[in-house]
Amino acid sequence: MIQSQSQTATGETSFAKKATPEKLLAGYKPAKGAFDELLAANGEPRPHYAKLIGALEEFSPNELQHRADTCQRLIREQGITYNVYGDPRGMERPWQVDPIPFIIAPDEWRAVEAGLIQRATLLNKILTDCYGAQELIRTRWLSPALVFGQPDFLRPCHNIRATADTFLHFYAADLARSPDGRWWVISDRTQIPTGAGYALANRLVTSRILSESFRENNVHRVAGFFRETQSTLARLAPRPSENARVVMLTPGPHNETYFEQAYLARYLGYMLVEGQDLTVRDNHVWLKTLSGLERVDVILRRVDDDFCDPLELRNNSMLGVPGLVEALRAGNVTVANALGSGLLQSPAFMSFLPGLCRHLLSEELKLPSVATWWCGQNTAREHVLKNLDRFVVKPAFRNHAQNFDSEKPFASSERDELKRQIEFDPDLFVAQERVEFSTAPSWDNGALVPRPIGLRVYLVASGDGYCVMPGGLTRVLPESDSNFVSMQSGGSSKDTWIASETPVEEVTLLHSTNQNVELRRTGNNLPSRLADNFFWLGRYSERADATARLLRSALLRFNPERTGSALPLLSPLLQTLSTQGQLPGILEQPELSQNSEAFEAELLAAIFDPARPGSLRQIVDRLQMLAMFVRDRTSNDMWRGLSQLNEGLGGSDTSRRRGVMLAGDAVGVLNQTLLGLAAFHGLARENMTRAQAWRFLDMGLRLERAVYLGTLLDATLRSPEADNPSVLEAVLDVADSSITYRSRYNLLPHVPAVFDLVLLDDKNPRSVLFQIVQLTQHFERLPLEREAARPDSGKSILQECLARLNNTDTRELATSQENLSASKVGNAIQQTLRDLPKLSDAIAAAYFAHSAISRTGR
Amino acid sequence: MTYNIIHRTIYEYAAPVTMSHHVARLEPRATSTQAQENFSLKIFPEPTLRKARTDYFGNRICLFSVQEVHSKLEIITHSRVAVSAKKIAVPEITVAWEQVAKLFRNPVSPEVVEPYQFIFDSPQVRASLDLADYARESFAPDVPLVAGALDLTKRIFKDFKFDSKATTIATPIEEVFEKRRGVCQDFAHLGIACLRSVGLPARYVSGYLRTHAPEGKTRLVGADASHAWFQIYCHGVGWLDFDPTNNVQPAEEHITVAYGRDFSDVSPVAGILTGGGRHAIKVSVDVESA
Repeated sequence: MIQSQSQTATGETSFAKKATPEKLLAGYKPAKGAFDELLAANGEPRPHYAKLIGALEEFSPNELQHRADTCQRLIREQGITYNVYGDPRGMERPWQVDPIPFIIAPDEWRAVEAGLIQRATLLNKILTDCYGAQELIRTRWLSPALVFGQPDFLRPCHNIRATADTFLHFYAADLARSPDGRWWVISDRTQIPTGAGYALANRLVTSRILSESFRENNVHRVAGFFRETQSTLARLAPRPSENARVVMLTPGPHNETYFEQAYLARYLGYMLVEGQDLTVRDNHVWLKTLSGLERVDVILRRVDDDFCDPLELRNNSMLGVPGLVEALRAGNVTVANALGSGLLQSPAFMSFLPGLCRHLLSEELKLPSVATWWCGQNTAREHVLKNLDRFVVKPAFRNHAQNFDSEKPFASSERDELKRQIEFDPDLFVAQERVEFSTAPSWDNGALVPRPIGLRVYLVASGDGYCVMPGGLTRVLPESDSNFVSMQSGGSSKDTWIASETPVEEVTLLHSTNQNVELRRTGNNLPSRLADNFFWLGRYSERADATARLLRSALLRFNPERTGSALPLLSPLLQTLSTQGQLPGILEQPELSQNSEAFEAELLAAIFDPARPGSLRQIVDRLQMLAMFVRDRTSNDMWRGLSQLNEGLGGSDTSRRRGVMLAGDAVGVLNQTLLGLAAFHGLARENMTRAQAWRFLDMGLRLERAVYLGTLLDATLRSPEADNPSVLEAVLDVADSSITYRSRYNLLPHVPAVFDLVLLDDKNPRSVLFQIVQLTQHFERLPLEREAARPDSGKSILQECLARLNNTDTRELATSQENLSASKVGNAIQQTLRDLPKLSDAIAAAYFAHSAISRTGR
Repeated sequence: MTYNIIHRTIYEYAAPVTMSHHVARLEPRATSTQAQENFSLKIFPEPTLRKARTDYFGNRICLFSVQEVHSKLEIITHSRVAVSAKKIAVPEITVAWEQVAKLFRNPVSPEVVEPYQFIFDSPQVRASLDLADYARESFAPDVPLVAGALDLTKRIFKDFKFDSKATTIATPIEEVFEKRRGVCQDFAHLGIACLRSVGLPARYVSGYLRTHAPEGKTRLVGADASHAWFQIYCHGVGWLDFDPTNNVQPAEEHITVAYGRDFSDVSPVAGILTGGGRHAIKVSVDVESA
């Protein structure tokens, strides 16, 4: 007889203790009167949430918490941020993601999708008419005030034919669900629909922490939407699209969604440019690169339309490209969305949409807008004035002069003034019913709680219609009674899942092709602005390195019990830090030599004080900002390395701010900082292709290193204690050459030998000559210097430095003991130090030169 | 009356300009009382690219870009224009101003869609309750439209002092209203703002003014420079001109170049330069009867 073994017989099915449903949803009590996305009216979870809730219940509380923590960690590591204007703590704020996705049932999604496609089609038709025949105004389907009275109606763009009659290439709608379960459009985003990149970031994070559920639910991928975006933009190119160049135009790193712009640009494979990177010549748009002008075919803009051309639109714009409108008229470039599309962002249009939909599409409007009354209509105005308390009154148009926040409703205390204003100029106001939001489960310290949500859905024009991103950006509102959604006011966001009944297709953004691929060894040419940023990124990274080494050497050699006698031995280090701005004038303060506490405090301030000019902390802050400027061109690893540097120097650590910091702790922090910088430099060296970006980064680094080493060597020769082994030890330490020295000489440090190693040894990556040789090699591979460069071009400066150093011999330092700094070696160092700033200027003049824009007239 | 007009604009830049884009609105447009017989526009240095077209308001504009390094830009126009006397409506027989304002109230009559463009706030002109109060002294109930406009023109002339140093092209009308000083551009803006504040459409006219040698006659202000005034829409008649700087109804001595909602729509020369630094501008205008 066969002995059979049954697992069930042992009664040990599972060791994991299941969290009971009651436990996970115990605190989940939706407010009465709101629609809850998770629980149906009978208190049971809705079917499309069942799999997710089931999966969450499988996890132990610890595991759930671990996944929520991982979510935060991924955001930090990816550097996903949002800029908040006017925040003194620094602009970059980590993006807030709630790990629990918002799930929409497939049949319901199909209705939303159809409604939004209809709406985008309708809005595009309205734009086409407003910027063309204006029949809708003549036939009174649209009140003329809505168009002529709006600052966002851009007259110079009238009669510019849009490529394929599409004005609205991208569109987003903000949706909210009312207690009866219906979806309402609460705002139309036709200008620059932001947030698709954040939706993508949310997806990447959430699909990783809930990967099992993500698969089980057959969640639709969003990548297809971005692939559609790529092909739409490629189709828009006025010339055959094979070589079409698409760029993303950004207002710059201070814009609130700069992270998203850099993220999307990298994801979609477009260069992120600022207005100053582009120029209009011969009615074509060109990108200014290191090796000349390159033609641009399509501009995906993140700059408001009226700012896009200071010549014909807003003349005080510093963000645009002069002459762009005329280039558009000539049909030589396409801008998406078309200039002028911001017109329809006015909420006043909402009250006209049902009629316009019947008129233009012969259909009923499928998705209703939140009830809107535009005061420019008599009956609407009377209704609004009578019922002012029931409504949220908003400016109908974006008001340039007063810079209204168009999202923000008026306070009720201003009601009388408001009435007067409405009566005086009714066109400028709309009233809307208060928006009611549904609630969805959110993660809150180990439990699920209902929180109000709004959903932004994205569409892209595709062929003859629109394609909807299956998903979107779900925003979690901070308070339940808030009636407008803005990331500026805080709040969190979630991934949005459209579940499918069947497995979904995997999508990749990389085009597969059966044709032969033309192999390339060079990428896109570097815009000169980015070359400039990379150069300074290199300089600041080395400045941080050199400063940390000098301060560490000073701290290690500083003996509080023998302050007075020790200072002369520190003087070359201190002199270097003084010349370079970390400890200005430190040697002219004799009282410090008697007061070891004050002296130590000075050293610590030069490391940690964020308010002190030139401190290591400031250098690292600046370094991080430069890294942000080149964010779309550097790897996440490099970015992460630099973020950690900043944390190490302790922005938020209060004990440091209180000044409770020992010299020993500081040395530890400096060690960490140096390791972080080494990682950054290592990544740059090992992971960046030898293209222009790397070249400029390395040139900056070499130049800065030569400056610091030269300054230290010069200060050493000037010191009366130059031949003191302790002083020379410090030089070797800062130049990271102690080991090499010992392996070569087995002697106490000796001036000629130390100087030979740190000044002239072209095998030592920390010698001055090594830097000059590297710089010379870089110069040979750069595009030719511009003619505008001065006669003392970078190349000739370097040749002189090279010749001068090659002609010196440090052995003379052994014989001429009197005045070392007047020696030939001393002179060569001083001349090199005078030449290096000129070299930096020559590089700037030859490759970066941005001319300021000025304007006349108007 | 036929005029020959020479308009020179010279920019001198402190630093070399590597690239410049300009829009010029210097070509006198044809109107019902004005015919352009000849026009030439010369630019030095010769622009790489130059294109004439009609703007949103029907003004002739020239867009050009100079793509060579230059430190001076010279724009010279020669215009020959025949002007016949503009309509002078008899003030008393025109409709009451409220009748005109009513046409633009909701719902707007389809036949006034074109003038309707000029009733809204524009970049340099904002209606306000204060300006409405000022305007109502001229536009009392049932006052005929033209009588009201003439009175407003006269009051601006009397209440405001011509002072070329008090304002710049960027001075907001609120400040002009408070200081009671300004130049023709400010007075035109002010008149327009007053009219729009009581619900009447008004537009800004840029042009020239014929000047007379001072033999016994007082010389008209605004001579030998560009001039500006405003127009008001009178239903059934069309647009009528008023010059608050000189307290006249322009007839044969005002030459229209362009019109728009305010100065920003019709700036004679506007440019964006790469480089340039500080610049000096010299403008001279000669208007001679042929």
